[in-house]
Amino acid sequence: MSNTARERIFAKLRPAVAAGQFDIPSPELPPRPEWTPSEKVQKLKTLMEAVRSEVHVVKADAWTDALKALARQRGFKTLLHGPGTQVGDAVKQAWSEGSGGLPALRTYEGAIENYKDTLFHDTDVGITSTLGGIAESGALILWPDAEEPRLMSLIPPIHIAVLDADKIYATFSEAMERMSWSEKMPTNALLISGPSKTADIEMTLAFGVHGPKELIVFILEP
Amino acid sequence: MGDQTFSFEKNVETALGDTQLRANFEYAMSTLYQKRKAVFADEAETERLREVGNAVRQRALSKLPELLEKLEKKCIENGIQVHWAETTDEANRIILKIMDDHRATRMVKGKSMVSEEMHLNKFLEEHGKEVMETDLGEYIIQLAGETPSHIIVPAVHKNKDQIAKLFHEKIPGAPYTEKVEELNALARKTLREKFQHADIGLSGVNMAVAETGTLCLVENEGNGRMCTTVPPVHVAVMGLEKVVEKLSDVPPVLRLLTGSATGQIITTYFNMITTPRKPGEKDGPEEVHLVILDNGRSAILKDPELRQTLQCIRCGTCLNHCPVYTRIGGHAYGFVYPGPIGKILTPQMEGLEKTGGIISASSLCNACEEVCPVKIPIPELIRRLRNESYDSKGSVPGHGYKWNLPEVLVWKAWALVNRYPRLNELAMKVGGLFGDRFPKIGPLKQWTRVRTTPRLARHSLHELVKTEGVDHE
Amino acid sequence: MDKRYPDKPDTVYFFGTCLVDAVYPEAGMAAIRLLQREGVRVVFPQNQSCCGQPAYNSGFPDEARAVARQQLDTFTRDYPIVVPSGSCAGMMKRHYPMLFARDRDLSRIRAFSNRIFELTEFLVHVLKVKLEDRGDPIQVTWHSSCHAAREMGVTEDSKNLVRQLKNVTLTELEKERECCGFGGTFAVKQPAISAAMVTDKIADIRGTGAGRVLSGDCGCLMNITGAMERGKVGIQGQHIAQFLWERTNG
Repeated sequence: MSNTARERIFAKLRPAVAAGQFDIPSPELPPRPEWTPSEKVQKLKTLMEAVRSEVHVVKADAWTDALKALARQRGFKTLLHGPGTQVGDAVKQAWSEGSGGLPALRTYEGAIENYKDTLFHDTDVGITSTLGGIAESGALILWPDAEEPRLMSLIPPIHIAVLDADKIYATFSEAMERMSWSEKMPTNALLISGPSKTADIEMTLAFGVHGPKELIVFILEP
Repeated sequence: MGDQTFSFEKNVETALGDTQLRANFEYAMSTLYQKRKAVFADEAETERLREVGNAVRQRALSKLPELLEKLEKKCIENGIQVHWAETTDEANRIILKIMDDHRATRMVKGKSMVSEEMHLNKFLEEHGKEVMETDLGEYIIQLAGETPSHIIVPAVHKNKDQIAKLFHEKIPGAPYTEKVEELNALARKTLREKFQHADIGLSGVNMAVAETGTLCLVENEGNGRMCTTVPPVHVAVMGLEKVVEKLSDVPPVLRLLTGSATGQIITTYFNMITTPRKPGEKDGPEEVHLVILDNGRSAILKDPELRQTLQCIRCGTCLNHCPVYTRIGGHAYGFVYPGPIGKILTPQMEGLEKTGGIISASSLCNACEEVCPVKIPIPELIRRLRNESYDSKGSVPGHGYKWNLPEVLVWKAWALVNRYPRLNELAMKVGGLFGDRFPKIGPLKQWTRVRTTPRLARHSLHELVKTEGVDHE
Repeated sequence: MDKRYPDKPDTVYFFGTCLVDAVYPEAGMAAIRLLQREGVRVVFPQNQSCCGQPAYNSGFPDEARAVARQQLDTFTRDYPIVVPSGSCAGMMKRHYPMLFARDRDLSRIRAFSNRIFELTEFLVHVLKVKLEDRGDPIQVTWHSSCHAAREMGVTEDSKNLVRQLKNVTLTELEKERECCGFGGTFAVKQPAISAAMVTDKIADIRGTGAGRVLSGDCGCLMNITGAMERGKVGIQGQHIAQFLWERTNG
C-alpha cells in the first residue's frame, strides 16, 4: 500500500527538484565563543538556574557527601540509581558507608512493562550521569542506556544529574563534532535544561507539568 | 473546518467583536514578542543565524528526494519502520492499521501540527480508539472540543478563568480553581495515568536528520518524551519537507526554532530518537514507525518561488508579530495553519478558491518577513498568490478563481491613466473638481466605515510645480 | 540593509508619488522647497505618475510593470531620485528588480533602483541639512510606515530631523513598528481588520499626549487622519516635509 504512495510521491519530487533554480547560499556559522573552563561552568550554571534548575558546583571527591547531605535535608524516600555506571556505583559505595536517614536505593528492575507501577508511583528521585554539558545553551547531554534507562530522568518527580566540569562544551555543534555523534547516534540522545515546564495557561510559567518538578545538577570540579 | 460554509469575513467580524478573545491574544502575543526580542538581542548575530537557517532549509529542499531516500534507508537500518502517505486519508489509515495490528485502543499524543492537518483524532475516534492529547495546551482544547488557535500555544485564546471552568466541568472530580499551578497539577495527575496505560504514543517531528536517520523533537513539558518512551509503540508523523541533510544542521535550526517560538535559548528537552529499544535496554518503544506525509507539499516544491513556503520550521513567530493575527486570532482563518504562514500555505494545500479572503488579509507590513528564522519572503509569496487568484494561466490549485471583468477592467484603466500623462492630467482635473464629494459606494464605502473621504486637491502637484516655477521638463 | 549615499549633487529628480500628487500636493511642494533651499536644482518630470505598487500588491503585476516602466522611461538622466514616501521608495528600490527579474533591461532597472532615495534619508545623509526652528513649542509623535521602517530603514533619519527642531518635543509611540492598517487595497478589502488596526494606532497616538502626528507616508496619513477626523479626535496629521518647511521658513 505505502509502496505505491511512495512511488507516486517520488514521481512528483524528482522532477520538481530536477527543474532546479536553486541558489543556495553557504553562510558561515557565527563564531564559536572561546570560554575558559570556569567561564563555561559559570555560563552553564547561570543559564540553567534561570530556568529553575538547582546547580551545585562541588569537588569531584566530595560530591557523594554533598548528595547525602542534600538527600537527608530534603527527606528523599527513594532514590533510583544505575549500578554499572560511575555515578551509580559511587552512590552505591557512598550509601554502603552509612545510610542513616538516607533514601532507600532502588535499581531499575527489568523492563519497563513490569516496572511501571514502581517507577510511576513509588520513586522519589532518579539520579543519572551525563555525557556532557553545553555552556551556550545551558543544557545537559544525556545518552540513556541499559544501565540508566530513558525514563530515569523523566518519571521520578526529582531528577539529579551529575556532570564533569571538563565535559562542558561551548556549543551544541562543538559537542557533536568532538564526540563524532554522526557516526554513533544512540537509541535516544537528550538535551535537558531544567525541570519540566509549561506556559500554556495565560503564558504563566509553571514547573513540573509532566516530567520532573525539580532538576538538581552536581557539577564536579577536579 | 475549511468546508463550504467557511467565511473568513464572517469569522473576522465575530473575532473582532469578542473583547475577551482580543484581550487574551493581545496579552499573549505581546509577551511572546518581548521574549523573542530579548533572546535575539544581538541583531548582527541573529541575522547571521537566520542566513544559516535559510541555507540549511534551502539546501534540504534542493535535494529533497535524495535526502528522503537516505532518511528512509537510515531509519530502516536503525530499525524504524517507514511509511509513505500521499494524502491525509492514507496517513490516517496507516496509523489505524498500526494500532489494529497491536490491538491498541489507547493512544497518547504529543503536539503535532501534521496530525491536526490529518484530523487524526476525529478519524481514530470514529474507529473506536481513545486518543489523548497530552501537551497541556492541546489537552485544554481537546477538552473544549476545539482546534488549536496557534501553532505553538494552541490554547492561547483561552484565559485561566475559562480553563478553570473547563477543567471543573470536564475532569471528573476536579475542584474549581483558577490557580495555574493547581490547574497544571490536575492535568499532570490525569495525564500521568494515561501515559502509564497507553498502548501507543504518537508524536510529530521537528526535524528528521537524513545522515543518521534521527527524529528530533523539541518540547518543554516532557509529554513528548512520555509519548515516545513509555508506550510499547511509537508512531511519528512528519511532513516530507521536515528533513535536514546532516546532524550538523541541527544546532542552528534548533537555536532559531526555540528562540523564535518562545524566546528560549533552548527548550527544557531536545529529544533525538534514532532507534527503537535495543536488546538489553529496559525502556523505550519496541517499535518505532515514521509516517511521511505529502498532502500537497510535493506540488509546492516545483515552483521556484512558492517552494520557499516549505522552508518553514513551524516556529509560529510570524503569528506573534502579525498585526492581523494578533487581532483576529487563529480560529478565524478556518484552517489548521493560521497567521502569515497559514496565508501562504493553506491556499496552496487546499486551493485558492476554498480559502477565500485569507490571502487579502495582509497589509504587507513585512513584520513576518523581518522575523522569520529561515527568511521566507512571506509578503512576496502573498503577492504571488494574489496574482494567482486572478490568473487563469496560473499553477496553484484554484488559480484564476477570482478573475472578474469589473476588477480586471479597473486595473487596466488604472494602468492606462498612469501610463499616459494626458489621461492622468485629465483624471486629476476631474477628481479635483469633485474634492471629497464622491458617492460612497464600492471601495469608498468600505473606506468610510471608520474614516472621512479623502479630499482630492484642486491643483495636483503636477500643476503646482508649473505655477511655482519648479523645473518640470 | 545595504545603503550607499552619493556626494551632494547639483540636480535631483523629484518623484512626487500619486497620493501626494492628488491629495497632498502641498507636502510635495514643501519637500521640493526643502531640497531647493540646500542649493540643489529639483527637476519634476511631468510624465511621472505612480510607482505601480497598488497593482503590484493587489495581484496585478502586468499592470504594475506597465506603470513602473513609465517611470523608468521618464527618469532617464543620472540624477538621484528623491521620493517623499518610504513605501513608494521601497517599491522602486527593493521591488522593481524583482518585478523585472526576467527583463532584458534588468541592469538598467537596477541602476534606476540604486538612484532611489527616501526624502528624509536624502536630507540627512546626502544634504546633511541643519534645521533652525522658528516655531512655537509643540509636542508631536512620529508614525513610521512599515516600508519606511522595514524596506528603507529610514525611521531614525526622519525622527532625527524632527529632533533637530529645538521647540519640538518628539514623543515616540509605544508600538512604533506596528502597521496602522492602511496597506493600500487592504484597507478596503479587509475593512474590519483595517479599522481595528487604525483604531489601536490612534489609541497609541493619543497616549503620547501629542497634538500632532507626523509621518513620511501619505497612505498612512490618509488612513490615520481620516479615522481621527471621523472619530473627532482633535489631533492633526501632517507630512514631515510640510512640517519641516513650516517650522523653518517662518
